[in-house]
Amino acid sequence: MFSLDLLLDAVVIGVLLGCFYGAVSLGLSVSFGLLDVPHVAHPAFLVLASYAVSFLNEQYAVDPLVAGLLITPVFFVLGLATYRLYYETFERRGSDAGVRGIAFFFGVAFIIEVLIILQFGVDQRSVTADYVGKAWRLGDIRIPYRLLVAFAVATGLTILLTLYLSRTFMGRAIRAVAQDQEALRLMGTNPVRIKQWAFGIATAVLGIAGALLVIVAPVDPTLDRAYIGRTFCVVVMAGLGSMSGTLVAAVILGVAESIVLTLFGASWAPAISFAMLLGVLAVRPQGLFGRR
Amino acid sequence: MSKKVSKPGSMSRRRLLATAGAAIAASPLGASMLQAQQAPIRIGMSMPQTGGLAGGGKASLLGIEIWRDDINAKGGLLGRKVELVVYDDKSSASETPAIYSKLIDVDKVDLLFAPYATVPTAPIMPMVKQRGLLLIGNFSFQVNSKIGHDMWFNNAPWGPPDSWASSFLDIGQKAGGKSMALLAADQEFAQNLAKTAREVAGKRNLPIVFDQAYPPNTVEFSSIIRALKATKPDIVYVASYPPDSAGILRAVNEIGVGDSVKVFGGGMVGLQFGAVMENMGSLLNGVVNYNSWLPEKSMYFEGTREFFDKYTKRAVEAKVDPLGYYLAPFGYASGQLIEQAVKAVGSLDQKALAKYLRENTHKTIVGPIAFSPDGERKETAVLQAQFRGVVDKNMEQFRSAGKQVILFPENLKSGELVAPFEAARK
Repeated sequence: MFSLDLLLDAVVIGVLLGCFYGAVSLGLSVSFGLLDVPHVAHPAFLVLASYAVSFLNEQYAVDPLVAGLLITPVFFVLGLATYRLYYETFERRGSDAGVRGIAFFFGVAFIIEVLIILQFGVDQRSVTADYVGKAWRLGDIRIPYRLLVAFAVATGLTILLTLYLSRTFMGRAIRAVAQDQEALRLMGTNPVRIKQWAFGIATAVLGIAGALLVIVAPVDPTLDRAYIGRTFCVVVMAGLGSMSGTLVAAVILGVAESIVLTLFGASWAPAISFAMLLGVLAVRPQGLFGRR
Repeated sequence: MSKKVSKPGSMSRRRLLATAGAAIAASPLGASMLQAQQAPIRIGMSMPQTGGLAGGGKASLLGIEIWRDDINAKGGLLGRKVELVVYDDKSSASETPAIYSKLIDVDKVDLLFAPYATVPTAPIMPMVKQRGLLLIGNFSFQVNSKIGHDMWFNNAPWGPPDSWASSFLDIGQKAGGKSMALLAADQEFAQNLAKTAREVAGKRNLPIVFDQAYPPNTVEFSSIIRALKATKPDIVYVASYPPDSAGILRAVNEIGVGDSVKVFGGGMVGLQFGAVMENMGSLLNGVVNYNSWLPEKSMYFEGTREFFDKYTKRAVEAKVDPLGYYLAPFGYASGQLIEQAVKAVGSLDQKALAKYLRENTHKTIVGPIAFSPDGERKETAVLQAQFRGVVDKNMEQFRSAGKQVILFPENLKSGELVAPFEAARK
């Protein structure tokens, strides 16, 4: 069943969906892409943020996006603490930290999941806002407002993060620590503190990304498992550490998924994203936008 | 070798003990003493308490626990207390085989209940059959169709495999439906539903214009709904699991499914749960979906009201579905099935219990239950009901009759279908 209308619609929805994937992957692009931290608890923090947003929205009728902004400082501090704990218990102790680090973050993810269940129960949560559940009519195409919000926030976040990493002192320090820790140490700077700061930023971004997550679809405590694959796929495909690359890779993934969903059937969609990841890794191991 | 010979006229020590024991057992005090001394009857099960099925699993478990407390208050079964041994299977099919092995071999439980839902139940069926054990099913769909275990009894109202799809398609065809679209989650339960829907449609020469399976964890349904809409179906049969049902309805609300659609729904799991219904609010309007129990007059049997009084109180502290219509009363009914069988048979002999369950009709709070040879209900008692006049963010509205109008079965019907779907949504 093929028609130009459907294809066009699939592309539009795919771009928007891709932006959403980009927004939820940006934090990981900093923590995993730049800092080499195997942060598999990234989606768990994301779900935690979405629960916080839905709580604020339900109890105090705060707009989800505003709620997302409100919790960013908290998540920043949470990020600082998590990295410190990770550094003291794992990273400092040697070369095999990578594998053990994964175990650490899986543990963190499970703890977060259980804490959410204990506090909020197992039911799905969602938010109410004017832009949830309505669509914008563009001729024959109808675009859900929530995806437009995801699009706007994702672009905004990417621009902000790119500017931050290239224009500010701390931002450049973060990129420096990603390139050569030893050199930074020789300059008399403490790379651990910079990495801790960067991890804080990566986690703070999740505050807003979490708001997007619960705006786009209802969340449940175990949703993080669905996002581990997607977010890592986006970050690795983009090339580790490139913010705009992350967004572009996510859009490519979103469009591919959407076209496959619409024209070939939903069963094929997950296979497509990972096939693309394999393809990129085979042809360009450094990722689409990574530098060697 | 010495032989003890009791002197005539004097009572042997053993006899004295036995007489005294019988006397104590006969007194009311003795009964409770004896019960306290005897090991409890242990019923083992896994139940999804985390993961996608947890909302249902926890409510179901609470229903079973209320039965346990009721039966223990009445003195237990065979004079023994009833105890539940429950593990969390995390909604996962990969957890249940190990859990049931442990229940059988390590915990050595006396009786088995299946976990809530099809997906976690399917993988334990071969093992339970091999060991020749009685298993009370808990809302799984057609897990016994290929296994053919003759000691399986499902508490669910499904009935014959095709009745679910038949009742929905009946409603659609009566409303003038001439083609069908089929959207189903890519997993055991939904695919079973889809399969029977295809078969029924085939028998009735109803063309299927759209037939797609979507993978679990699909985030965004806009594209799928758009593709479905493009095929202009009259009847849309959806077999979805709780995390997706909300996403699908939201996309339908945004994208629309077109004016051709007469009925929409059928097999959406999730829309039976209080929290989901409260969340979805007015998005539910117009959807015709299956259900198991609804607060309509015809649905009350002996003990139903008392059960819900207890449930409503305990649901708050247990943080489970405040309504609990879908699963909890059937969890209680599972207990009632065992209760009646054990009382009639007078032992825990699994074969005898199975024989009794197969040959009799059992009184439960969800109505009389009789089984066909495959362990499913003899007659379907699945409701198809249409959501009407639902408002946003209000749980209490669902406690009153009329919010979900029963269209099927005939004897429980409480209203007529409003069609087309787009009109019914307003």
